[in-house]
Amino acid sequence: MIFKWFNAEQGSAVERFAKRDRLNPLELLPWILAIAAYYVFPSYLPLGSQILLTILFAISLDLALGYAGIITLGHAAFFGVGAYSAGLYALHVTGEPLSGLVVAAIAAGILGLLSGLVILRTTGLTLIMLTLAVLLIVQEFANRARPITGGADGLNGIAMLPIFGVFRFDLFGHTAYWYCLSVLFVMWIFGLLLVRSPFGRSLTGVRENITRMHSIGAPVRRRLVTIYTISAAMAGVAGALLAQTSQFVGLATLGFERSGEIVIMLVLGGIGRIYGAIVGVVIFMIAQDSFARANPAFWSFWVGLLLVLIVLFARGGALGIADNLVALLRGRKK
Amino acid sequence: MSALETQLLCKNFGALSVANKIDFRLEPGARHALIGPNGAGKTTFINLITGRLTPSSGIIKLAGEDVTALSQSGRVKRGLGRTFQINTLFRGLSVLENVFLTVCEREGIGNSILRRANARKDLLEESYALLESLHIGDDALNIVRELPYGKLRLVELAIALALKPKVLLLDEPAAGLPSSETAIVFDTVQQLPKDIAILIIEHDMDLVFRLANRITVLVQGTVLVEGTPDEIQHDARVREVYLGEGDHG
Amino acid sequence: MDAFLSAFVSILFHGLAYAMILYVISVGLSVTMGLMGFVNLAHGVFAMLGGYVMTTLMNRYGIPFGFALLAAFIAVALFSIVLERLLYSRLYRAGELEQVLFSIGIIFMSVALVRYTWGALPQRMVVPEMLRGSLDFGFRSFPTYRTFLIIVSFGVIAALWLGIERTNFGAQVRAAVDNRRMAESLGINTSKLFTLTFALGSGLAAFGGGMGADILAINPQYAQDYLIYFLMVVSVGGLGSIRGPFVAALLLGIGDTACRYLVPEFGAFFLFAAMMGILLWRPMGLFGKA
Repeated sequence: MIFKWFNAEQGSAVERFAKRDRLNPLELLPWILAIAAYYVFPSYLPLGSQILLTILFAISLDLALGYAGIITLGHAAFFGVGAYSAGLYALHVTGEPLSGLVVAAIAAGILGLLSGLVILRTTGLTLIMLTLAVLLIVQEFANRARPITGGADGLNGIAMLPIFGVFRFDLFGHTAYWYCLSVLFVMWIFGLLLVRSPFGRSLTGVRENITRMHSIGAPVRRRLVTIYTISAAMAGVAGALLAQTSQFVGLATLGFERSGEIVIMLVLGGIGRIYGAIVGVVIFMIAQDSFARANPAFWSFWVGLLLVLIVLFARGGALGIADNLVALLRGRKK
Repeated sequence: MSALETQLLCKNFGALSVANKIDFRLEPGARHALIGPNGAGKTTFINLITGRLTPSSGIIKLAGEDVTALSQSGRVKRGLGRTFQINTLFRGLSVLENVFLTVCEREGIGNSILRRANARKDLLEESYALLESLHIGDDALNIVRELPYGKLRLVELAIALALKPKVLLLDEPAAGLPSSETAIVFDTVQQLPKDIAILIIEHDMDLVFRLANRITVLVQGTVLVEGTPDEIQHDARVREVYLGEGDHG
Repeated sequence: MDAFLSAFVSILFHGLAYAMILYVISVGLSVTMGLMGFVNLAHGVFAMLGGYVMTTLMNRYGIPFGFALLAAFIAVALFSIVLERLLYSRLYRAGELEQVLFSIGIIFMSVALVRYTWGALPQRMVVPEMLRGSLDFGFRSFPTYRTFLIIVSFGVIAALWLGIERTNFGAQVRAAVDNRRMAESLGINTSKLFTLTFALGSGLAAFGGGMGADILAINPQYAQDYLIYFLMVVSVGGLGSIRGPFVAALLLGIGDTACRYLVPEFGAFFLFAAMMGILLWRPMGLFGKA
């Protein structure tokens, strides 16, 4: 069965190409596993929710970095703004969660749009610097605007209403897990539609060769700002999930560590393929949870080493390695 | 009305003048060659026309419309297509996708997110047919990065043709090609619809004289002379600065 | 009025000392980025190692300040040659993303290794006897060590600039930054040039890190905490430039000191905003090649 799949490429070139981005049954596997995890590891549900919302964050980054090639070290700015706006909305307006997600998406999206309009005129190191600068400015603002954000103490006392007025957030994280999973599922479908649409394809073109993209008449700047905004809004939703499920928002949501780590997780899984986000986050966070507890001081050493090894030997990340294995298997069958 | 026209087009990099008051007309259906020694500013001239570079002064018109202030994409939308002297391709994508992306932009669906790109079978078929006509259909699903140089030149040409341009700028399309592939390039160019205006930069004089019905000689950013191939061949100044340089280098 | 003037002079003085350290640490980064186009976020690791080598030699082995500082320069320069040959040189042709990730990896590893070796607490910097206290300049007295630091830095910078202008090595570096292919065709061995420049830049960073240990505290998070400052100096100054980063370091050092002194409630907010403004106005930095 599985080998039939590996050899699925038959028919004319056009037919084979056209088939490539149809939904593959294998793509449902992560969801089956996520549902199974709920029943198999009931005591790990809070970690599970963390993983799910981090996957959403990583997917949002993949849209900007993996597909459009925007190298950013400041993506936590959008995650944090989403978290803070969801937290503030719950504190001051209503604890209704779904509208909170929308508010967070809008707030982070606006920041993405405004900063994108400004910084996406640049490339290379300058762009990296400017993404960092945006993060630092937001961070500094959150840190200093105590009356609004609580400064270093963060936002406490967030109380959430039941989802749809029915499902209460419980202490053990059952509701939170299903909530995160459902939101992630919806966003995943949206992400897949996006990257498989002509718009998504054109982003790959921008990443592969911006000069050529200009010369075939694509409005490159507008495409970049658009995806940056979408990506920011999605990161904002991920941040909002954190705020709502942990009922606390702190400065760490805006930390450079969060920005750096999410890039690492994505690269670990493989960039520009959506599923790299899932694989990378799951591996990283489970490893972090077990190794980091045993020897926290050395955790960052292994992460650093892994990163160096990936760059030197396995640019495609975990899924890239899997690709190569599949290619090897196929080659042997022929 | 000319398909393409420049008036007093100038470009300076600091004190260096790389385009100096270039007045140029490309007539509809023309097969026009731009020749000149290395560093004459030929590629710069193309970059000015396409909007990759902004002129220091002067005007560029496409089919009579002033496009000097337009973006690159605005000019492409008005029927301007080009190839690059140095391959400028989507190296990590398949050959088919290189052309398919271009066709999608031409059709204006690059902003659409409502349906799968690959569901546009008609556009895929069109892209594939174009590759076939350039004899690279068999490589459709191969990744550009893994192809030999000669085929890359053909992909470069395929992308430009996929735009269905009214004005086509070819910057040394056959540079570095073995003769078999040079033949494909020139057969293709010769078989293009007669209403397309073509400006071609080329060093191989045999090809230039075979293809072109007009020739402009550019020297140090300035138009030295323009005329029919016959006139150029017998022009004393051209012989001096260009052909006199020695056998084609 | 007097209070105002006094505050003004203080800001200038401490800002200047800060700027000198930032420049000495970052100038190597500017040159290697301009020369090799390598986005090396891990440059601060060399400054940090310099600080650790120096403080260890001084505190544990009682080696005098001057020798310890020199030893830090040499040790880190040699270490960086190994790193450059073994790892960095493999990635000169790689994309920016790879280089960024690689250097983040180096930072992460350095954090763990340094914490393992030296512990998590900042290193004590014991200023030598004769550089303690303050110097009276008549109208005003200044801390002796900071004054010393400014003077020595100026000496190093003058030597560096003269070296780049006058020596054969300097001419080769300038040629290669300007146009690498041209330099290679003139017979300059750019690979060797890269290694030497990298070593010199890392050594200078170690020197600056050691000397500035009382301004930028030596701790395992050093490379990460001050990363943004080094990058700001380089990107605002202009990649590949020698003098651009000097101006940028002055702006940053004095600007940051002024912000902390005058509007502490805003933190570095204005600083980052100003950097953003400058980079948007001149994406290649103040003195970068357009």
